Formats: sequence, C-alpha cells, structure tokens
Amino acid sequence: MTGWRVADGGPVIPSFGHASQCLKENGWFCTDWIRDHWGDTLQPALVQHIELTLIAVAIGFAIAFLLALVGFRFRLLDPPLGAFTDFLYTLPSLALFQLLVPITGLTVTTIEVALVAFTLFVLYRNIVAGLRSVPAEVLESARGMGLTRTQTFLRVELPLAVPAIMAGLRIATVSTISIATVAAFVIHYGLGAPIFDALAEPDIFRTKLVAAGALAILLALGADALLTVLQRVLTPWNRLR
Amino acid sequence: MPTEAAELVFDEATKVYPGRDGAAVDHLSLTVPAGEICVLVGPSGGGKTTALKLVNRLIPLTSGFIRIDGRPIGDYDLTDLRRSIGYVIQQVGLFPHMTVEANIGTVPRLLGWQKSRIRVRVADLLMLVGLDPEEDRKRFPAELSGGQRQRVGLARALAANPPLMLMDEPFGAIDPIVRTRLQDEFLRLQRELRKTVVFVTHDVDEAIKVGDRIAILREGGRLAQYDTPQRVLAEPADEFVAEFVGRDRALKALTLRTLGELELSPVTGDGLPRLPADASLRDALALLVAERRDALVVVDADGAPLGVAGREDILR
Repeated sequence: MTGWRVADGGPVIPSFGHASQCLKENGWFCTDWIRDHWGDTLQPALVQHIELTLIAVAIGFAIAFLLALVGFRFRLLDPPLGAFTDFLYTLPSLALFQLLVPITGLTVTTIEVALVAFTLFVLYRNIVAGLRSVPAEVLESARGMGLTRTQTFLRVELPLAVPAIMAGLRIATVSTISIATVAAFVIHYGLGAPIFDALAEPDIFRTKLVAAGALAILLALGADALLTVLQRVLTPWNRLR
Repeated sequence: MPTEAAELVFDEATKVYPGRDGAAVDHLSLTVPAGEICVLVGPSGGGKTTALKLVNRLIPLTSGFIRIDGRPIGDYDLTDLRRSIGYVIQQVGLFPHMTVEANIGTVPRLLGWQKSRIRVRVADLLMLVGLDPEEDRKRFPAELSGGQRQRVGLARALAANPPLMLMDEPFGAIDPIVRTRLQDEFLRLQRELRKTVVFVTHDVDEAIKVGDRIAILREGGRLAQYDTPQRVLAEPADEFVAEFVGRDRALKALTLRTLGELELSPVTGDGLPRLPADASLRDALALLVAERRDALVVVDADGAPLGVAGREDILR
C-alpha cells in the first residue's frame, strides 16, 4: 500500500527543488502543482473515473432493464426482484468492496461489480414505474386500435417510460460517480486515489485533495447536466406538462 | 371488411362475468342498418359499454353472435378486426408522446400506408374535424383543449376509413357548450360519411339528438326498447322506458322537429317574434312562452319571412 504513494509526487520530495511558496505552505489550491501534475496524476484519475462510471452504468442499465422487463411482464416477480435490488443497495459500499476482494481480487472488476450492484435498485424501480405509468385510457385506445402487445410496448409503453428511465439514469450516474471515489480506499483507481493519497500525507496534501475532490464534483454536475439535456431532447412532449 | 358502411347485428349476444351474479349483457338482439347511428342508452349497470366493447372484442362474448356484414366477429383476425373499426372513448386516450399528426396516422401506419398518403389523409381529417392542418398538426395532446383532443380522437378513429365506428360517451367529459357544438359537427360529418355508428351515452337528450335509432338497456343488460327517437318518445314500451326518457318526453319530442316542417299561414301584420326555419319546435315554444305570444314568424336563412306558425300548429 505504500509503493504508489511515493511515486505519485508531492511536496515531500525535495529533489524537485523549485516548489512554489504556495506548495511550501501547503496551500489549499496551488495552481502550479495542478498544472505540473494534470498530465501524470489528475487527468489519468479523471479518465479512469469516467470509465468506471460509464461501464458500471451501462452494465447496470442492461441488467436492470432485463429484470424490469420480467418484473413488468410478470407482476408476481416484481416484489422479489425489487427486494433483491433493494437488498444490494442497502449494503454499505465500503463493506461490499472489501467483501468482493477475496472473490475478484484487487482489480477494477471488483469495483465494477460493486458499482453495478448499487445502480440496480434505482434503475429497476424507475424502469418498472415508468412502464406502469401509462394511463389506462391510453392502453385501452391502443388495444382498441389493434396494436399488438409488442407494438403497444415498443410504441407506447417504452417511449412513455423514458422520463422515468432518464431520471433513474441521472441518479444512478451521479451516485456511481460518488461511490466510485470510495472504491479507491480498497483499490487504488479513479479520482478517489489522489484523494486518499493526499489524506495519507502527514499534513494532508491540501492542493491535491481539493483538486481531485473538485474534479469529482464537476464530473457529477457535468454528467447530471448532460443527462438532463438528453432527457429534454428525447421527450419533447414532456416539457409541456 | 369493405370500406363502405357495414351492417352490424347483435344476435342473442350475452356477456356473463365469471363470479358475478346475472349477466352484464343479456341475450341482446338488434340490427344496426348500414350507415345509421345506433345509440345505446340506459342507467349505469345497463351494460351499454360492455355491449360496445363486445363488438371489437375488447371483451369476449360469453354466448350468442355479433356479425359485421354477415360475418361473425370471431371469424375475423383480432388485429384486423380492430384496425377496421374506429374506436372513440370518453377520455380520448391520445398518445401523449406523439404529435397530433402521429396520433391520427396510427392505424394507417399499422396498415403499412405510404408516408405521403398518410400526410394527405391527416391533413384532410384535420380539416374535416375543424382543426387547422398547418397549425395543429405538430402539436402534442398536452397543448390542446378538451374539445380539440376529442376532435383529434375522432379524426384518429376515422383515419383508415373504417366501415364501423364505436363511440363510448365521446362527448361525456366536455363542457355543455362545446359538447353541443361537437354533437352538431359530428352529425354534419355523419351526413357526409354515412358510417355505421354505435354510440354509448347515459344522456337521454344526447341519445334523442344523435340517434337514428335508440336502444334502451335496463339493469342486467336487457333491451327494453329499440326504436327511432320519435317512437321511443311517443310510445315508450313500458314504465321503465317512460320513466327513463322522462315526464317531459312530449317536450323532448318537439326537439326532433323544426319549424320548417310545419304548414305555415300567410304573414299578416307586424311585430311577431321571428325564428329561422331550422329552429326546433321546442325552441319555438320556449320563445312563445317567454314572449307571451300566440304565434311567431318563420324566416329563411336570409331573414325573409316564410310564414306564421301559431301555438296550436306547434303543439299539434
């Protein structure tokens, strides 16, 4: 656990020689350090974090969607499926990361498995709720006009579920970005890594802590904004309500 | 199914819901001639809506037959049957995520029409139901008033030119003034289109106004009387029908005739109240009562006097 901390660089390595006044005083936001270490520390961590999130949300969405189809089509299976995703969501995130290590090792897979598990709850609930939200008279007119079951699903139920699905995706994405930072406590990866590194320094490396933390926040806000815009584009009819 | 109006026959049609006492529709037999409007009317629990939904098989028959142009509905492919029957419901049920144009084009799209043909058809239908083909085409249902939505619902049901229309309290959720206008426009449309229509309502006045024939259903889904509005009002089959159409049925009968149908006396003198020839006898009587007069002058569309109608002429 100690090897990487040294390699990461920081104010305790005197051979770099020309540390700024800000760094010597361990300031909260030393722009020279951020500039110097964007390429070797912050950017790679940010890219890793985005990867972690995209993969977790994509796989989580695929699984939740299949489960939701089953729960929607067979009403009896909805409560147990919901309870299962609820149970996964209840697990403390750090505990799950640690519990998975004996199975999948100190690997990115461990992080992904846990992150996926946490997305299922909100995605499953929102997809099922969205599919069920279609008003009875809309379904009756669809049936009366001779839409088959599949046509009703693809042309009516699924499009009308999009607002709820997108809301679920937003929550799942933002919370995945947040939980993924904690994963670095167990596996040194993503934006959590520089945060935990900074915290492990004797006096806490303030600039590094703030820079990595701020990136995580900006990433969450950016993802949320992007998905909000996407939702508006996908559901022009929904803005009028 | 042909695209001209189809004859619809209920032949001992019966619906019994499992686990419920008595039938919802009990051996219903009646014939709706092609191109006529049959209104199903009656108190709640009379099975009006059930009878309607038996036709497009939203509810399956327990026993008996329903035939469209002589062919039992069970012999049609289910989706073909539904796509060839226009269906209008009270809550309209427009697809909220689709534009007016996409809503109206639903059945033509399912039937595989060319896009250009659907566009032309949608524009025609919007004009037909009194909407603006340019302005309203791209709007979403949430942007429309209740009356406009029901117009779109009617256009959507007419889209593939079905020989038969089922209308379940289509104007029931609309305020009285707009309802009257929609009824008038619907009747004007029907004079042009000549569809076979089954129309459900709980409102006797609407039944009298809209129906070529009225089927009065009583509790338990039994047919109490099936006749023209005139005959239902003049000769109710039993106490139930008499009660249902109301004590004022003689007055209601006056709504069925217009001043133009009377033999008028020559115009003499001045100062009598005036009404156009297409006004109903009921409106004429109301005017005489309000003005405390014994006669009025009937005028044509341009206001030129046609003759005088006295109170006795109206009440005869």
